[in-house]
Amino acid sequence: MSSRRSLDGPDPTPPRRARRRQPGPDHVLQADVLVAGGGPAGTWAAIAAARSGAAVVLVDKGRCGTSGATAAAGTGVWYVEPDPVARERAMASREALGGYLADRRWMARVLDETYARVGDLAEPPRYPFPVDETGRQRRTGLQGPDYMRRQRIRVQRLGVRILDHSPLLELLVDGDGAVVGGRGVDRRSGEEYEVRAGAVVLATGGCAFQSKTLGCDVDTGDGALLAVEVGAQLSGMEFSNAYAIAPSFTSVTKTAYYSFGTFYRSDGSVLEGARSQGGRSVIARALLQEPVLCRLDKADEATQRAIRLDQPNFLLPFDRQGINPFTDLFPITLVLEGTVRGTGGVRVLDDDCSAGVPGLYVAGDTATRELICGGFTGGGSHNAAWAISSGSWAGRAAAVHGVRHAPAGRPPGRPAGAAGLRPGGSSGLDARAVVAAVQAEVMPYEKNYLRHGSRLTPALAALDAVWAEVRGHLRGDGADRFRAREAAAMAGHARWMYTAALARTESRGMHKRLDHPAADPRQHHRLTVSGLDAIHVQPENDRPSARSVAPDAAGQVTDAVA
Amino acid sequence: MIEVVVADRCIGCDVCIDVCPTDVFERGPGGVPVIQRQGSCQTCYLCEAYCPTDALFVAAPVEPLEPGAPQTDPAHLIATGLLGSYRAALGWGNGRTPTARHALMPPLPTS
Repeated sequence: MSSRRSLDGPDPTPPRRARRRQPGPDHVLQADVLVAGGGPAGTWAAIAAARSGAAVVLVDKGRCGTSGATAAAGTGVWYVEPDPVARERAMASREALGGYLADRRWMARVLDETYARVGDLAEPPRYPFPVDETGRQRRTGLQGPDYMRRQRIRVQRLGVRILDHSPLLELLVDGDGAVVGGRGVDRRSGEEYEVRAGAVVLATGGCAFQSKTLGCDVDTGDGALLAVEVGAQLSGMEFSNAYAIAPSFTSVTKTAYYSFGTFYRSDGSVLEGARSQGGRSVIARALLQEPVLCRLDKADEATQRAIRLDQPNFLLPFDRQGINPFTDLFPITLVLEGTVRGTGGVRVLDDDCSAGVPGLYVAGDTATRELICGGFTGGGSHNAAWAISSGSWAGRAAAVHGVRHAPAGRPPGRPAGAAGLRPGGSSGLDARAVVAAVQAEVMPYEKNYLRHGSRLTPALAALDAVWAEVRGHLRGDGADRFRAREAAAMAGHARWMYTAALARTESRGMHKRLDHPAADPRQHHRLTVSGLDAIHVQPENDRPSARSVAPDAAGQVTDAVA
Repeated sequence: MIEVVVADRCIGCDVCIDVCPTDVFERGPGGVPVIQRQGSCQTCYLCEAYCPTDALFVAAPVEPLEPGAPQTDPAHLIATGLLGSYRAALGWGNGRTPTARHALMPPLPTS
């Protein structure tokens, strides 16, 4: 495989949507560390790796600084002063909600790392932290647009090469199965790039199934698929049914503010038991029958002013539709947030966020957040802290490994991607049809939220059929190759979710089974999921039990890692 | 969804083409961007936030507005003060203070 054009100099602007059909990439780059994803976790990983002396390339499906769940929103941060009483309270606060699957040691080290790194944000290009009435900076929240704009600047100042609009399509592995880089495509030119790297950090976010929840269209679970293809495991995939409240037909989700709301039936009567926390399933049940209305009538004038400043885009959909949410009734909906807010993701094998495959590290929503949240979303603040901490650890470790295994003089790796890239049979399956078929199984409240074995089983069977079709016939062309890959990633994600959801025959954390409403002490363990066509699910540190999918008749199904 | 590019405000800086995370815009005639892939818009409002001349408008619905809807008309958006309102709310732009400086999460009700 040879490089036809070096990227060391300035690139000529390629013609848009140009397509090349020659085998091999159009551009080859070398780096110590390849970071996939330019959201919080990816930028923290790139910063840590660059500060550790590594040459870093960061690639983003969208654009580093505006991509993903954080850039478009505001988030709390699990930032707690190093005071033993405050730290103890912070760690204890959500253990029960998470079904006691979190780990105190991980919580403590995330609190330490987050405290230090958020402190870094006060340095140039200084994040404009608010100052409270005592004159102290309040560092427990970050405005996404301001935060991520500065993260991009920090990454650039460290000399990291950023490839925007350039989704990673697959990993490269060497003869021993170690990860040695990745391949992707420039959405604008259709040209393929290859980054040969000593280590890879996957920080591509979770999977929200393109539900239109704010900023998450790029979050299609790509990292999980890439990781599983090279042999990594997933954990906590049953904790994947987070739904957020939004005004109907809009994108802005900020469930916390709905604590100020009262929920009503369409006849104007109060919907009893409906709450933003601890009563959201009541809303889901009601929405299956009729519209649900809301009014933020518990917010006094001072609170209303604070909300407007705390997250400026929260009020945009209201202001633009002529609704005063504090005095008017407005219809709401619940939007799937999947594993963006759910805690499932790639299993973390070590303190350095290694994914258990040499050269592969995971961070942010791509990595399981069970270690600090257990089976319940910790809200935005835990997610932000996890992105900062896991990104920093993964970046540092990847730098050490990547410098030691730098690609110069080594043979290029073998591409490991299969589903959606290299179908077994004739292509012709439409990626949009695959996405719609997956969405039909994961979005409905009666399937994913109000879980019952009698509905999960046929949903999984339908998803298995989709997967077999994907393996047999899905492939995109040119710049749209990443659309096929996204569809494959979502199909895989859905199957891993429901396989774990069926295996956990109890209710724990956010995973509530109507047919198993109580927690079962014998299932007080995490569930590990792995495999592509045959999915294995087992209690962590236990022997696997397999279920498998018959490949599509026309498709020769072969696992990427034999 | 992105609905409007106000051509006579646009300075052809390409910032929206660059920052859009879902690649909605293409460079059009005279350098003014066109909404090439509206269906890809995720209604994140970030193009509006980054536009230095308040030439873009994102409507709240995640589906396209009906043709001729008031919010597809630049004159209406200017008259109602909606054009540029997100950038102002963020405190972005010359002479403004980032609103983040005043972002203090209100205490949530306990019951």
